[in-house]
Amino acid sequence: MSRLSEIFARNKKCFIPFVTAGHPDLETTREIVLALAASGSHVIEIGIPFSDPIADGPIIQKSSFQALRHGYSFADYIDLIRQIRRETEVGLVFMTYMNPVLSYGLEKLDREGVKAGLDGVLISDLTPEEYSRMEPLEALDTIFLAAPTSSDQRLQKIREVSRGFVYLVARTGVTGRKTDVEASVPKMVKRLRRYTQLPIAVGFGITSAQDVSKVWKYADAAVVGSAIVSFIEAHRSEADLAQKVGEYVKKDLISAP
Amino acid sequence: MGKKSRLATSDPSHFGDYGGVFVPETLMSPLEELEKAYGEARADQEFQRELEELLHLFAGRPTPLFQARRFSEHVGYQVYLKREDLCHTGAHKINNALGQALLARRMGKSRIIAETGAGQHGVATATVCALLDLECEVYMGVEDMRRQALNVFRMELLGARVTPVDAGSCTLKDAINEAMRDWVTNVENTHYLLGSVLGAHPYPTMVRNFQSVIGREARRQILEQEGKLPDLLVACVGGGSNSIGLFHEFLEDEQVRMVGVEAGGKGKDLGQHAARFQGGRPGVLHGTYSYLLQDELGQVSTTHSISAGLDYPSIGPEHAYLRDVGRVEYTSVSDQEALEAFKILSELEGIIPALESAHAVAYCLKTKELNRVIINLSGRGDKDVEIIRDLRQK
Repeated sequence: MSRLSEIFARNKKCFIPFVTAGHPDLETTREIVLALAASGSHVIEIGIPFSDPIADGPIIQKSSFQALRHGYSFADYIDLIRQIRRETEVGLVFMTYMNPVLSYGLEKLDREGVKAGLDGVLISDLTPEEYSRMEPLEALDTIFLAAPTSSDQRLQKIREVSRGFVYLVARTGVTGRKTDVEASVPKMVKRLRRYTQLPIAVGFGITSAQDVSKVWKYADAAVVGSAIVSFIEAHRSEADLAQKVGEYVKKDLISAP
Repeated sequence: MGKKSRLATSDPSHFGDYGGVFVPETLMSPLEELEKAYGEARADQEFQRELEELLHLFAGRPTPLFQARRFSEHVGYQVYLKREDLCHTGAHKINNALGQALLARRMGKSRIIAETGAGQHGVATATVCALLDLECEVYMGVEDMRRQALNVFRMELLGARVTPVDAGSCTLKDAINEAMRDWVTNVENTHYLLGSVLGAHPYPTMVRNFQSVIGREARRQILEQEGKLPDLLVACVGGGSNSIGLFHEFLEDEQVRMVGVEAGGKGKDLGQHAARFQGGRPGVLHGTYSYLLQDELGQVSTTHSISAGLDYPSIGPEHAYLRDVGRVEYTSVSDQEALEAFKILSELEGIIPALESAHAVAYCLKTKELNRVIINLSGRGDKDVEIIRDLRQK
């Protein structure tokens, strides 16, 4: 059983924060991820920045462009995972785009990633169709997106290639903009549930503790991205940034009102 | 395998290893819907009749194949110009814009979005949206809006909204990013009218088919005028829609060579040009797998060309395939060579070419030992006159 599967088996409701690797820098990302792990997060999505992030709204775009200015390599990101894994058993997933992964090598990511303690990878612009033409990953869990626009036939295809969990996009559009959880999530989770026994994580536009607890009513995990990235951006120059992020997540995102 | 099958690939969404569908899941259903609707429209005679009628009566097709006598004398062989510059709105872009706008109306989409670099595709899209009463929003990089201020005003006159894109290099690549973000948000009522043979399947195939009217006319015209096929076709390649539009009909004519001319810009270093086949390697951008200018970490590179329409880091996936199988040759000319060609064609033929098309003209100026050549004059140069004047005043 993979670490992700064990985490979902042990915890009925999971919290999954997202941060951009290298925003504001990799050392701080390491501290933030550890603080997130200590504050009740179960799996952490680490965004590997790309120059053309078409699935992301302005907040995550901006964090990516800032991170890119450091010029970190994929090996640096793998090393980040190695350092984090020495100190925590939290789930660690890369979220990124196809081109940086192709450039590093999909097979190499599988091999080096799992050695460093990475658990899975979600490539926003990799469809099940294109993945099926490639050599499949052996070690890492492969997480795919399901969307409100996905047909039943597509949900079937998504299930066939998914491992670890399925990431359900709560609404059409890019990351960051607010989602009306009650209006969209229950029906979509129900439909997806017909196709998969894998845990379902819901993300895009989840910004508050109320949203998180609503998502937990219907799905296994809530993903919060832009709200956290925006918090990091607002406090980026403060010395105790990581600790502040941990407190923010605990108090403003996980505790039910 | 027969002659036909050498260039045909069995999988309709790929060209050999290239092409495909690399998009966030939300866009998969609209792409599948588009593929289906396009397939039905292609087989529908009424759709084809309406498109042909608009191409004829609205866009002004067929465009002439013009024998450029003085230019021919200058280079020492026969040169014919396929006059896409005479299309309504001044470039070949209208061929595709009309086809896709009719398709959008048929699909019940009330809103059209598009990206534009030089403004030619934006103007063509704004034009067909006015004609067919569709809401239109065009994304354009702020750097391109500055370079092509008059085209921005033209689009606004035609009733379109032009939305500035202030991210990355503020050019075509970033305008496409923003258009894709709009589409992923408004998939219900919106059609993305992509302007070149780029993006996820079915765009590269669909746009090529809408543009292949160029080659169908040119092939018929040269046979009428000369009784023989040309020995060479030349066209500039940004995304690659005017070139594939000319080449496609001739692909099975083995005696016809083809050359695609990329933007060599200011030099060979990454960031100084847009010659994907000289400094790029395969990668994924905007939904498709093709040659891509990128750094060693897989981050997409900035590009440079004096011509905004060629200033793009990737190239249509069918071009990558045609290059790998050796059917089409690709080369590049510099900004300077394109400017020289711009001047020479203007003075010798009384035709001011777009700076994009001037790249194809420049190839002929430096190539000898040819016999009968068709250059695709993909657009007219009115939009570039100000850039040329500024350069001369420097």
